[in-house]
Amino acid sequence: MPAEVRLPTVLRPHAGGQSAVTAEGGTIGEVLKDLVATYPGMAGQVLTDEGTLHRFVNVYVDDDDVRYLEQLDTKVPDGATVSILPAVAGGCGR
Amino acid sequence: MLRLPAQVYAQIVGHCLSGLPDEACGLLGGDLATGVVARCYPTRNLAASAKLYTVDPKQHLQADRDAEAAGMSIMAVFHSHTHTDAYPSPTDVAQAPDPDWHYVLVSLRDSHPMLRSYRIVEGRIDEEPVIVEQQEPTELHRTQEPAR
Repeated sequence: MPAEVRLPTVLRPHAGGQSAVTAEGGTIGEVLKDLVATYPGMAGQVLTDEGTLHRFVNVYVDDDDVRYLEQLDTKVPDGATVSILPAVAGGCGR
Repeated sequence: MLRLPAQVYAQIVGHCLSGLPDEACGLLGGDLATGVVARCYPTRNLAASAKLYTVDPKQHLQADRDAEAAGMSIMAVFHSHTHTDAYPSPTDVAQAPDPDWHYVLVSLRDSHPMLRSYRIVEGRIDEEPVIVEQQEPTELHRTQEPAR
């Protein structure tokens, strides 16, 4: 069963302006790979060249940040919503 | 241009002051196209630092859902600089997450907080006017050069 994937505004232009799309997969890694296969413009913004989760995004299964679960191996249950949001950070740095 | 209700302006500055001695941060919900802000979402600074901030991802998700349910979107991030100008640092520019967002900085270096807003697109920084909506809109900072 495909998962609903909610997209941040910065990724929506790569999906024809849609705020949510669907992608197939039993884990977050599979869902994100399917997402990038469907919308190649997101390549490099969600997953790194090495296939790991990009540090500039946070990904959630329903309410849970997958970095605190099993990262890309986190299971995506039927009917779950996957949300992608930018990681927001900065600071004066000195 | 960024248009802030006076209540939101007070929430931003209050949250920044309450975060001292660390930097404080939060998100703003509103209309991305017009720059009109409707809601302030103060968040924890997970970096707990006077030099860096990280918006709590869980609070970001909650804010995003709340904004969407209200027909808005998250359209800005604010944070404080505790001992430097209200101007984006190289760290801020390098990590700016979305070219459509507004980037609000509050300097707490001097006796009065200084709030400024910027657009950051592909590393280029442009200051924008900030209007605090009271009975009559009051434009701040338009005639001032950005502090660097």
